[in-house]
Amino acid sequence: MLAWTIYISFLGALVLLLLPSRSAALVRVLALTTTLVTFAITLTAFLQHRSGEMFTVVDYPWISSMGIHFSLKADGISLTLLLLTGVIGVCGVLFSWDVDHRIKEFFAFYLVLIGAVYGVFLSFDLFLLFVFYEIVVIPKYFLIAIWGSTRREYAAMKLVLYSFIGSAMVLVGLIAAYVVAGSHSMSLGDLAGYPYPPHFQMWAFPLVFVGFGILAGLWPFHTWAPTGHVAAPTAASMLLAGVVMKLGAYGCLRVAMTLFPLGLAPWGFHVLGVGSWRDVFAVLAVIGILYGALVALVQKDFKFVIGYSSISHMGFILLGLMTLNQIGLSGAVVQMVSHGILAGLLFAVVGRMVYARTHTRDLPALGPMHLSKLLPFAAFTFVVAGMASMGLPGFSGFAAELMILIGVWHSYPTLILFVGIGLIAGVAYIWRAMQQAFFAGTSAPALEPEHPLPPITFPEKLGAGILICSSVIVGTFPQVFLSVIHPALNSPLFQGLRKGGW
Amino acid sequence: MTQDMNSFPWLTILTAVPLVGALAVLALGGRNKVLVRWTALAFSAISLLITLILWHSFNSAADGFQFQELHPWIPSLNVSYRLGIDGLGLLMLLLTAIVVPIGMLASWQIEERVPLYFALVLTLQTCLVGTFTALNFFHWFIFWELALIPAFFLVRLWGGSGSAKAAMQFLVYTMVGSVAMLLSFLAIFLSTNTFDFSEIATMGQNGTLMPAVVAKLGWHLLTPEHVALVIFFGAFLGFAVKVPLFPFHTWLPSTYAEAPSGTTVLLTGAMSKMGVYGFLRILLPIFSPEMQKVLTLLLWLAVATVVLSAYTAMAQKDLKRIFAYSSINHLGYCLLAIFAVAKFTSGDAVLTTQKFAAMNGVFLQMFNHGLTAATLFWFIAMLEKRTGGARGLDDFGGLRKVIPVFTGLMGIALFSSLGLPGLNGFIGEFLIFKGSFPLVTWATSLSVIGLLITAIFILGVIQRVFSGPLKEKWGQLPDLSLGERLTLVPVIGLMFALGLYPQLILGVVNHTAIQMAIHLRNF
Amino acid sequence: MNAIHYGQLLQLAWPEIILTIAALIALAADLLFLRRSPSHVRFLVAASIASIGCIAAIFKLLPGSSEGALLGGVLLSNPATHLVQIALLVIAILTLFLSVDSAFTDHVGEFVLLILLATTGMMFLVASQDLLVIFISLELLSLSVYILAGFDKRSPRSSEAALKYFLFGGMSAAFMLFGFSLLYGFSNSTNLVQIANAIHGVPLNPLVILAIVTTVIGFGFKIAAAPFHFWAPDVYQGAPTPSAAFIASGSKVASFFIFFQVLVIGFAGAEGSATLHHFQSGWVPVIVAVAVVSMLLGNLVAITQTSLRRLLAYSAVAHAGYMLLAFVAHSEQSLAALLYYVATYALATLGIFGILAVTEKHLGNDKISGLAGLSRRAPFLSACLFIFVLSLAGIPPLSGFFAKFLLFSAVLAVSSGSKLLIGLIIFAIGMSAVSLYYYLRVLKSAFVADPPVDAAKVPAPVLMQLVIGLLAAGVVALGCAPDLILNQILNVIHASGL
Repeated sequence: MLAWTIYISFLGALVLLLLPSRSAALVRVLALTTTLVTFAITLTAFLQHRSGEMFTVVDYPWISSMGIHFSLKADGISLTLLLLTGVIGVCGVLFSWDVDHRIKEFFAFYLVLIGAVYGVFLSFDLFLLFVFYEIVVIPKYFLIAIWGSTRREYAAMKLVLYSFIGSAMVLVGLIAAYVVAGSHSMSLGDLAGYPYPPHFQMWAFPLVFVGFGILAGLWPFHTWAPTGHVAAPTAASMLLAGVVMKLGAYGCLRVAMTLFPLGLAPWGFHVLGVGSWRDVFAVLAVIGILYGALVALVQKDFKFVIGYSSISHMGFILLGLMTLNQIGLSGAVVQMVSHGILAGLLFAVVGRMVYARTHTRDLPALGPMHLSKLLPFAAFTFVVAGMASMGLPGFSGFAAELMILIGVWHSYPTLILFVGIGLIAGVAYIWRAMQQAFFAGTSAPALEPEHPLPPITFPEKLGAGILICSSVIVGTFPQVFLSVIHPALNSPLFQGLRKGGW
Repeated sequence: MTQDMNSFPWLTILTAVPLVGALAVLALGGRNKVLVRWTALAFSAISLLITLILWHSFNSAADGFQFQELHPWIPSLNVSYRLGIDGLGLLMLLLTAIVVPIGMLASWQIEERVPLYFALVLTLQTCLVGTFTALNFFHWFIFWELALIPAFFLVRLWGGSGSAKAAMQFLVYTMVGSVAMLLSFLAIFLSTNTFDFSEIATMGQNGTLMPAVVAKLGWHLLTPEHVALVIFFGAFLGFAVKVPLFPFHTWLPSTYAEAPSGTTVLLTGAMSKMGVYGFLRILLPIFSPEMQKVLTLLLWLAVATVVLSAYTAMAQKDLKRIFAYSSINHLGYCLLAIFAVAKFTSGDAVLTTQKFAAMNGVFLQMFNHGLTAATLFWFIAMLEKRTGGARGLDDFGGLRKVIPVFTGLMGIALFSSLGLPGLNGFIGEFLIFKGSFPLVTWATSLSVIGLLITAIFILGVIQRVFSGPLKEKWGQLPDLSLGERLTLVPVIGLMFALGLYPQLILGVVNHTAIQMAIHLRNF
Repeated sequence: MNAIHYGQLLQLAWPEIILTIAALIALAADLLFLRRSPSHVRFLVAASIASIGCIAAIFKLLPGSSEGALLGGVLLSNPATHLVQIALLVIAILTLFLSVDSAFTDHVGEFVLLILLATTGMMFLVASQDLLVIFISLELLSLSVYILAGFDKRSPRSSEAALKYFLFGGMSAAFMLFGFSLLYGFSNSTNLVQIANAIHGVPLNPLVILAIVTTVIGFGFKIAAAPFHFWAPDVYQGAPTPSAAFIASGSKVASFFIFFQVLVIGFAGAEGSATLHHFQSGWVPVIVAVAVVSMLLGNLVAITQTSLRRLLAYSAVAHAGYMLLAFVAHSEQSLAALLYYVATYALATLGIFGILAVTEKHLGNDKISGLAGLSRRAPFLSACLFIFVLSLAGIPPLSGFFAKFLLFSAVLAVSSGSKLLIGLIIFAIGMSAVSLYYYLRVLKSAFVADPPVDAAKVPAPVLMQLVIGLLAAGVVALGCAPDLILNQILNVIHASGL
């Protein structure tokens, strides 16, 4: 059943392209229906498979000479992320209701992107996973280059090249893993079970991890993300920050770390206090947290604030992965969900609710408009999303960061201070942006915008409502997700990781 | 009343009522402002009613927590939904239930975005109730943090010209504290696998907590003692900022001054107690060994808080700033007593009795300060309403001739704040000094300076505002209306009642205070 | 030396003979009956006749047809050669139909004749393991394509391209001949296997090294590997579209196949090693150098191109570099990967030239910027362009990706830890990331940029659309289901003992 998420998305794209009608409403409704159906499928699957253990969705031989299978499997982690994709997919359409330039192509690219994301999360065969991972790249380019704003062509190209370089590194690692194992299979399960020699893992691990990490916004390979997110149209920013960056993190966890667990082992010597790849990436993750937050603090462009905040939040995910304990890892997965929802929401507010109406994202210019009075719903949404994003208890960000931080205490107590500073900087940039954009200059008389701002539409309210509720649900009942994530982390797939015991 | 787990969920209901009220108020919309105000007030009245029911059915002789609710919540993190109150919690609930209506009445004149204002006030009340009833860190921290948000917006949206800066300062300070505290508690969770306050406190008191933390953290760069201190200071920072303790107090005066007076009522009356409550409920039971280690430093901080804030209050020209600093001063006494109680006394029976006194003093002082400070800011709100916002010390003079009733009632509140015997302020401070003196003589003696300065500046306020020559422009100030008098009388009455018969509160909290003091680790 | 069995020769050369006859019929029909007919009718008839010939030849080559080797390798007929020959014939057919709509010449019959003659040359080329036959068939191929390149007599560029092609080609042929003569002198044989036996042994004779280098130069020219690629941009740009398409696809397939044979069979035992620590002279170091230079130069220069044809030329250089990696590995798998790669590459290239044939007619040039807004002026063509270009860039699930995957994994499988090869693979994959930049520029122009204000739809003849659509379907199908031909390739290579 889950496999249909992929087929339906691609099919939806095809139908949209071939649709003879020029009616924009029809296109929108079709796109919405497609995403809704896929969301319903993911939700059903999520509710059905409460044990969180791995189950096979589809498994056909595909390229027999290479031992490649069309193999889709899901466990608690992938189910969680599939559900996230479903939610973001639906909301992305809702927040794209105003698109009317080349609308068919827009939603077609959009659906291809969604379908490929589903594919990555479901793939169990690494070749298949890589195929979907690469398919993701192309619609991103066109979504940004055609429907984007600020320096869109530059940003799109940069984003695509970074992604492609990342996937090139992944490809080298995967081929090497395939060849070295010599088992004539690309199945993750088979390859993860193969005991690769430690010296091989020592170079293959960082290669693949960085390859995926690029897409996950790993500092210093993150520079594509802010420019890309800023230039992208709202729905694309939502997808990019919401789920596509998660593909990178998912790959890091699912592929790099399970295939080459020994790559995380100590080198046996120390350079500047860093003694393993694990230390290296933990430090990079913390730098990412701090750097993203501090840079967000000085941005003038509203969307850049959110763009850099993503870097910071993705840093938490990567740090959670590097803790290598159950609580840190499950925290990282919950953070993937949380950041997916919140980044989506924040980009929706900034891109759709504010920018599409005011045509500026310059914080000093937004201030005098008194947006909290003109667009109270946008202000409300941003406040809620901002609070959730800065880790206020009760929302998803807190539940996730809490677990990651516990894991970090266990593994890297020395880094905790910097993480703490990152958290505070997170509070600061969100509130600075909020003050400047929505609540600035209450004393000065309101500057009337040149034309009246259209009110917030129903699809926007609906989308925002869905995302806010999701965040609260994740924040107050993380158990719903933890109960499927834990069995997944305890499955044989992660055995190598657990056995490491670093 | 029953002490069974999961009896009728009074506390959950009490937490939920204001939230429902907030939604109801928002749903009413901004057209009918009067209706909005009255609806909000009605909900706070319901809360007050429930609190009184609890007060009535509370068994003041029983150990442990009452009205408990316990449900599993996040089994993976060993988080449960655990509510319960002891004497301290009950007292705080009562204070909240009294202060919130006062805050609403003091905000009656607000005309802008009325539904949002009252919704935020009610949300704040929910957060306060949640903070005072939660017995699990996870759950408690949610409310502790969420309380910031309505407070922030109350200050930011209805505050004065400097409110942007003040609100931001308020937020950042408290967030820094909260993050530090959070990190500390996560370290504790890592080692104990529990967020439950009682369980952690038990471990803290039998001396197993810190060894466990040190072992689990494996922070080999630091010695075990240093790790323990780092964890302690993390948690300490969170509460110290909130109370606030010198030198973390700088956010408070500007925030109190810039906030609309009705909001200041809430901030000082109820929110500032969150910090002291945290010290009592969390820091003292869990970290008393660490507090003992750095006791001298803590006492110096408390003394500095008491003396310096009083001294600064004297130099202020703005009534709100004066009372803001005075707030710091009053809560400083509480901290002085708490630190004194933390001192190890090796089971000395006499000193232990003094600890009981000090503990009782802290409880009383918290309630009294909440009541008095809230009332004082309420008076300022009424004054501002009449004068169109003037509240400088030098703006007034001779008001007693124009508004005698106002002068009289505010005078009572001021004297209560000063600690005049017969009024509520006195007994708390007395118990604090009496209990602390034998424990930490030098610090208590130094703090007396604070008492003296407080007396000086409060008398100064009375003199410069109410006596002396009347300024021309205030000649026509209207005195208190009947409605205002009617609402003020119960509050002033309560001040007298507590001053004359402190047993009203002590009877309920005494047992809790003694239990807390006894259970402290003492060797 | 054995005597030649003419019967057997006839048996083995049937497909080539059929092709030649078909070529002559097409020429005769065109010259005799259709001189007055409109150009596209003439093209259609000639192409149909030629295609019938090709299809007949294909039938002769289908599995089960006669196999054998004449004179120990002068003329081979085995499953592998059959497969490559079929591929060449298919390319020829597609090229012929892509030219149906063109109007660059009145000499339709001659054009078709030359295409078929070139195809015949290729078929002989791939079916031989004898230096002499290889050289002769290479010359047959080359002479045909020189003329094809200059076929548009009205265009000075076409003539210039032909001249350049001819001069460079002549020079490289001289080099090759020189190398071959050295080999002959050394081994007293023109047979690859015997040559290998003669030169086997370490260290290598300097003369053999010279022979290796000159041979590589000769073939490097044919496959447009840097630094022997100078003809490519001009020919790609100047030659009439069908000729360019044919040169870029068919000639590549044949040359790569035979180049592989010559090196792997003829210089067996003279591989050498290019690793830093165990450097050993042989042909592998030479190939590694050529591959690296090709990937680097092809990709970097392609970035700066503004003409789509020139861009294709430089990207062809880069692809030659990737494909040369298969030589470095020289295993069964790598040959399979090479064949798969070159075949799918040929499909995509043919497709792009087909689209160029249509667009140039309406837009007047081959500038990348001229494609602006093509997605709205010709949705179908641009969808196909999308597929071809992304396949060249190596994006899954298109065949270009799987080709790269197959190639790289075949190479790594051989290396088993050789740092050089891993380094080469990383370099190649990194370079393919660079290539995405210029490929996306093409798509950006077609999909992102707005069309000119007065832009009308770009009409495309149904036949063209059909052929291009078929090519696109092939690219997609081979990418999604590589098993369609991959198993076949592996089987025939195995069966032919290569």
